[in-house]
Amino acid sequence: MTWKAEVDGGRCMASGMCAGIAPDLFALDEEHARPRREEVPEEERVLDAADSCPALAITIRDGTTTVGPRP
Amino acid sequence: MTTAETTPIAYPFNSAEGLALSEAYDQARNHTGLLRVRMPYGEPAWLATRYADARLVLGDRRFSRAAALHHDEPRQSEGRRDSGILTMDPPDHTRLRTLVAKAFTVHQVEKLRPWVRQLTHGLLDQLEAAGPPVDLVDRYALPIPVGVICTMLGVPEEDRPKFRAWSDAALSTSSLSAEEFSRNTDELRAYMAGLIEDHRISPRDDIMTSLIEARDAGDRLSELELVDLCVGILVAGHETTATQIPNFVLTLLDHPDELRRLREEPALLHGAVEELLRFVPLGMAASMPRYATEDVEVGGTLVRAGEPVLVAVGSANRDALRFDEPGTLNVARPATQHLGFGHGVHHCLGAPLARLELQEALGALIARFPTLRLAGDVEWKGRMLVRGPRVMPIGW
Repeated sequence: MTWKAEVDGGRCMASGMCAGIAPDLFALDEEHARPRREEVPEEERVLDAADSCPALAITIRDGTTTVGPRP
Repeated sequence: MTTAETTPIAYPFNSAEGLALSEAYDQARNHTGLLRVRMPYGEPAWLATRYADARLVLGDRRFSRAAALHHDEPRQSEGRRDSGILTMDPPDHTRLRTLVAKAFTVHQVEKLRPWVRQLTHGLLDQLEAAGPPVDLVDRYALPIPVGVICTMLGVPEEDRPKFRAWSDAALSTSSLSAEEFSRNTDELRAYMAGLIEDHRISPRDDIMTSLIEARDAGDRLSELELVDLCVGILVAGHETTATQIPNFVLTLLDHPDELRRLREEPALLHGAVEELLRFVPLGMAASMPRYATEDVEVGGTLVRAGEPVLVAVGSANRDALRFDEPGTLNVARPATQHLGFGHGVHHCLGAPLARLELQEALGALIARFPTLRLAGDVEWKGRMLVRGPRVMPIGW
């Protein structure tokens, strides 16, 4: 099963946090980060990346339910 | 081209007094490859000075902080800062960081703005009542971040004189011997361990209590990690911001046209803080070298596995390949991705909080005192990892 990852380019401040935590899932371009693929595995580290983003720019969804960042 | 056999040049380049960026960095940025440098202690290292190289080294997982524990890390003082979150890599680093990251997100921190504003205005009232000259550092720059981090973490603010001395020593590069340095670390840890015990008995609504719960109920960190994380939050949570407030004021007083523009257009404030974060080289030197875990090419130099690279963010922030007129302070500069808070997994945890404090502190001060000026000689900290005034008399 997979989740969907989305990075809000308007919020992202390119801290490089997500690409550091999960380099296989997130990449940092010149100006902001992006998920390498929209579909991401259901792993703790995906939620960690969303939780750690200082700009809260990452959203992880399971279908229509938001699972990350965790409250 | 530089090779690992080249005789290393002495580093750091910057002077401890003042905020200038050494001209040696301009030469280094134009030099093909990385420079070979030697700090007062530890093994020689590569020095990255360009923006792209800095971002690569700080952001790429092939570079490790944890590996520094197994090497004679290049550093400014004999004593080593070899524990805690700054010498960890993912996933250990992620485990600790996610425990506290929530408290410092943009969203969470923004809720504190009205309270921080109240705090700054209260301090300005006290300054006005005291009358000039007053020391900006002691009466304004320190109390703001100290008050904020003490309340968030759960440290009694009246302990400031006590932990300030330890905090200063922790960031000092002076003649502290390795023994003195480690005694200081022990005292700071013992103090924090006491506060943690106190919180265990009577839990509160603060970060320390939530970390204790993560340890005791979730077993997500060790007791030493808990203590060091609290120490790290306390020290990192006030020292840099307290230093940048006077640095920013001093820089604006040195650029009266920019200061005038900022006063006329207060909407520029947030962008001006970003520009000051880019422009003011806070650090005395690059610190916390990253160790290559495999051979990696950086800016024309092949860094071999096991070799350390120091990243000079102050220099990267003045790289003309990234920033137009990098040596010019421009409070209206369009949004920049400066490296003032670092980059990658160790990007400053408290960046949103630091931004908010700097915005509120600077905005309120220049609005309150339209004739703000220096009213005496600045006394510099000297021999610290961060540069800035120890005493800065102001008048209005």
